[in-house]
Amino acid sequence: MADRERQTLPLSFSVNGTRYDIEVEPHELLLDVIRKRLGLTGAKRSCDVQVCGACTVLLDGRPVSSCTLPAFEARDKDVLTIEGMARDGKLHPIQEAFIEYGGFQCGFCTPGMILTAKTLLDENPDPTEEEVIEYMNGNICRCTGYKKIVESIMGVGKAGEAS
Amino acid sequence: MLRPFRLEEPESVKEASESLARYGDSAKIYAGGTELLLAMKEGLIHFECLVNVKKIPGLDQIAQDNGSLRLGALSTHRQLERSETLQEKLPVLVEMERNVANLRVREVGTIGGNLTFAEPHADPGTLLLALDATVVAQKAGGSRDIPMTEFFVDAYEAAVEEDEVLTEIVVPLPDANAAVRYRKFGYLERPSAGVALHVMADEARKSVRDVRIAVGCVGPKSMRVEEAEAVVRGKSLDEAAQLMAEAGDIAGRAADAISDLHGSAEYKEHIVKVLLTRAFNDIRAELAG
Repeated sequence: MADRERQTLPLSFSVNGTRYDIEVEPHELLLDVIRKRLGLTGAKRSCDVQVCGACTVLLDGRPVSSCTLPAFEARDKDVLTIEGMARDGKLHPIQEAFIEYGGFQCGFCTPGMILTAKTLLDENPDPTEEEVIEYMNGNICRCTGYKKIVESIMGVGKAGEAS
Repeated sequence: MLRPFRLEEPESVKEASESLARYGDSAKIYAGGTELLLAMKEGLIHFECLVNVKKIPGLDQIAQDNGSLRLGALSTHRQLERSETLQEKLPVLVEMERNVANLRVREVGTIGGNLTFAEPHADPGTLLLALDATVVAQKAGGSRDIPMTEFFVDAYEAAVEEDEVLTEIVVPLPDANAAVRYRKFGYLERPSAGVALHVMADEARKSVRDVRIAVGCVGPKSMRVEEAEAVVRGKSLDEAAQLMAEAGDIAGRAADAISDLHGSAEYKEHIVKVLLTRAFNDIRAELAG
């Protein structure tokens, strides 16, 4: 297909509460729009096949792999990235817990971990350890061995109690 | 990286079918995209046009209709997992769905897309075979029912015509003296072996009135194995327990197991037998309870 025939689609959506009206081509991926056009680099490209969870963003509150989601799928929706978790200079309680309990090392998987943990806690504010492990099993971390991540999520809202 | 493609967004099955007919094999239905876009990003396949069917209303409903459940083809795995109707009427499907891929795939991927893509390493088709499900495919000219036993043709090939759109999957409810299990094994992202067993006991729950055995993931397509069913059909549950390993051997061999990164053919055949035996033991306990 020649370039001049390329189709563009209007994309009106909000990202971390800011409204954007842009145009995208059908094949543009949400991750590229967020990273390259909006300059929000919290979501990472890693496995690129929806296995690792490093590119996780929330679309109307639900976790998706932005590496494999066409950007037009965000039409009229609210996207939340890790950059939108802190409010008025104050970290989100899940972020506080990850710091308190040491839930990260290199930090590459952390945005996806925290956003997925948010959907878990929105659905189920007081999960068991087993529920945390099952819910988070699609987010891969190659540093921590997961123990500290699970402890962080279990510890949300209990800051100050970490031993 | 995705190569550019054109997007069409029909608002009825008829329009979608007409678009598909117009483009022929240079167009493909796009729903969740969890399989299709991966293959396109890898450059394994390319389509000039994707036909987004998600704007067609009414294809994501889950409803009970007499003795059947009707699952809209656009229902996502997550929707099926969370459906109260299914949790009550068909918990085996909910359990299977809860363990499909990961949360993000389940949020976006649809049951219709999963079946149509016919990826061998998938869960739903195997269970739906054991449940005697039927798939409804529609095009501009009308609709037809495709029994699950005729749905999978080969790896990545389903019996859906180029201009047909899957609209729903009809699953008859298991009867009161039946129990169903889906058991799988895998250590990679996708399942390496999957087995579904549906035992329909007599009213006294002493014998196997009828049975369905389906195997997936190990070979090119999910399939029902009637030769394995014949081994235990009509037997008492006690006899069936003894015969299940034999049925498992037959099911393993019938599944055309392939040696690959998931394991050797011989290993997969063995796993099929183990999973089938475990499924039967769980079913027996349920029927006794």
